[in-house]
Amino acid sequence: MSVDVKGSYDRTYISNFSKDRQEPEWFTNLRLSSLEQADAIELPKPEKTKITDWNFTSFAHTTETKVVNSFDDLDEDIRVLLGEKEQAKNVIVQENGKVTYEKVEADLKNQGVIFTDIETAIREHSNLVEKAYMKEAISTNENKLTALHAALVNGGTFIYVPKDTHVELPLQTVYSVSENFGLFNHILIVAEQNSSLTYIENYVTTQDANDAVANIIAEVYAADGAKVNFGAVDTFSEQVTTYVNRRGHVGRDAEIYWALGQMNDGNTVSENTTYLMGQGSYADSKAVSIGRGEQSQNFTTNIVHYGKNSDGQILSHGVMKDRASSIFNGISKIEKGATKANGEQTERVLMLSEKARGDANPILLIDEDDVTAGHAASVGRIDPLQKFYLMSRGISEQEAERLVIHGFLAPVVGELPVEAVKEQLTEVIERKVY
Amino acid sequence: MTTPNLKVDDLHVSIEDKEILKGFGIEINGGEIHAIMGPNGTGKSTLASALMGHPNYEITKGNATFNGEDLLEMEVDERAQAGLFLAMQYPSEVSGVTNADFIRSAINSGREEGDEISLMKFIRHMDDKMGKLEIDSSFQHRYLNEGFSGGEKKRNEILQMLMLEPKIAILDEIDSGLDIDALKVVAQGVNDMRSDDFGCLIITHYQRLLNYVTPDKVHVMMQGRIVKSGGPELAERLEAEGYDWIKNELGIEDETVGQE
Ligand SMILES: Nc1ncnc2c1ncn2[C@@H]1O[C@H](COP(=O)(O)OP(=O)(O)OP(=O)(O)O)[C@@H](O)[C@H]1O
Ligand SMILES: [Mg+2]
Repeated sequence: MSVDVKGSYDRTYISNFSKDRQEPEWFTNLRLSSLEQADAIELPKPEKTKITDWNFTSFAHTTETKVVNSFDDLDEDIRVLLGEKEQAKNVIVQENGKVTYEKVEADLKNQGVIFTDIETAIREHSNLVEKAYMKEAISTNENKLTALHAALVNGGTFIYVPKDTHVELPLQTVYSVSENFGLFNHILIVAEQNSSLTYIENYVTTQDANDAVANIIAEVYAADGAKVNFGAVDTFSEQVTTYVNRRGHVGRDAEIYWALGQMNDGNTVSENTTYLMGQGSYADSKAVSIGRGEQSQNFTTNIVHYGKNSDGQILSHGVMKDRASSIFNGISKIEKGATKANGEQTERVLMLSEKARGDANPILLIDEDDVTAGHAASVGRIDPLQKFYLMSRGISEQEAERLVIHGFLAPVVGELPVEAVKEQLTEVIERKVY
Repeated sequence: MTTPNLKVDDLHVSIEDKEILKGFGIEINGGEIHAIMGPNGTGKSTLASALMGHPNYEITKGNATFNGEDLLEMEVDERAQAGLFLAMQYPSEVSGVTNADFIRSAINSGREEGDEISLMKFIRHMDDKMGKLEIDSSFQHRYLNEGFSGGEKKRNEILQMLMLEPKIAILDEIDSGLDIDALKVVAQGVNDMRSDDFGCLIITHYQRLLNYVTPDKVHVMMQGRIVKSGGPELAERLEAEGYDWIKNELGIEDETVGQE
């Protein structure tokens, strides 16, 4: 068998791992049944990207991590993400799946909001987690990687916002990976009726990362009338192979806004799927990415409409340089009965090199007559007339290109909810483009 | 300080192997305002683009100097930094880049590192010029020319001219698409720049802008070169009578650049 982690991570290992974490029985059982599934089912098959020889299965599942006592002891790379000391009000930092720094305002607890690492949540809020965990938004048996994920979860965060509760400040997380760690990170966000929150996550690697693996699932449940802002900046190094699947499940008149800065340097499969279940539900998915070096990436943004009058907006912008290759799939799916639904999508790819490859595939799948839908896609180079215009004002060729690229990515960068993260993304873009 | 000088001599320009400028010559000094008029398709925009260094235009013959230096050897940004400015007939739109960021980059590109214009000073300067041109302050934060109306784009070109303070400006149909009030405002912008340290080449189809900005010289362009020059009265006669009398006088049948 080509993909087999069973050798090192078998039933016994997983049972013990689960026991060490004092997990409830339902969770242990879910791990074990998922392990069985992982053996039986195939890798996902992202359109036009061959991933069969990518490393998803060779990694270290546990490592030693030290807990950091103060903000100042955090790694510099992590500190910059949290901004000035005072700015980071609600933060969880996890290194190789373990919490190394945590700060949660008392207000939050008083509101009844839960913001904690997934390990603690599974232990202390087992019922709340069980109700949602890998149920509606994603299943363990979708493919080998979702099953492996469920079997091996070793990091992540749980957020619960009670009914009618509004979390004013962003909840921020940073996940870092070192050496050959295999991070199986699970984010579960449950926003109850008419609640609202903003969540932002950063993925980073330390210097010594070497052939690491990230298998990430985020599930966001926005119950009726809830509003969730979800921001992410992924910056794994070329030493990390990533499978990341971010899912949303949106109730009546609820809204999810995704702003994804997909800046990994390693091979990446990224899926962002939102299920618009309720009447008048809304999803807005904005994503930017930059491909460089030899990396191969596959991005799928998918919005599935079930609710009447549901509205899904997809905007995906990618910049490609060197020999990088990226596929951008946008899927608007409107199910029968989702009358008056509206699905719109735009994929744009800016090619900076002759040798790079960029594909934009807009797909509309519509099973209902009474809907509106539209798509636009383009793959192009920097417009020489734009460059001429900018340079005719004295701006150098390099600066002109920089402006055009920043402008091209601005629709997403501008949406990120935390200033420090916005700045960081801008910096990453700068670094990746030059 | 030396007076600005742009000198173009026997310029031949081709695009995609088609010769469009066929021996164009002009000399513009600081303090002078020249107007070029001429029917559609006679090479006016080609001249402007070629002088600015547009990549699609190939100079096949002739030369151009800017303050004594070989203009045609310079990159586009070097020409701008030397003090040449082109208000384009069709300015590009650049999404995601705000007008203010763009203009500030442009100003700073002409300055040494460490000597960049301070944000406060820039904002004051920009507010002042926008006020003069009656441009709503929201345009600072709009993406460069994106969704601007025709007239708004033209005003924005003049705003850039006022902010960058070039030595020689070429204004390509800055008046087309402007309503009467906007025309006055734009003309005022040009007149504000008037000094011995500023020369201007106005490309226009209409006398009306020249009513507000009186030119020192008026040139008529046909077939890719200047076929007649005169004073402001020439523009008035063109406005009244059209181009036929010149064509008759010179025996020109097709004034465009198409025919040899
Ligand atoms: N990219 C191009 N490819 C082919 N022909 C071109 C190109 N650009 C300009 N031309 C031709 O060159 C000639 C001169 O064009 P130009 O734009 O310089 O005219 P103009 O005098 O500015 O006209 P108008 O008054 O209409 O603005 C025209 O016949 C035009 O079609
Ligand atoms: Mg023209």
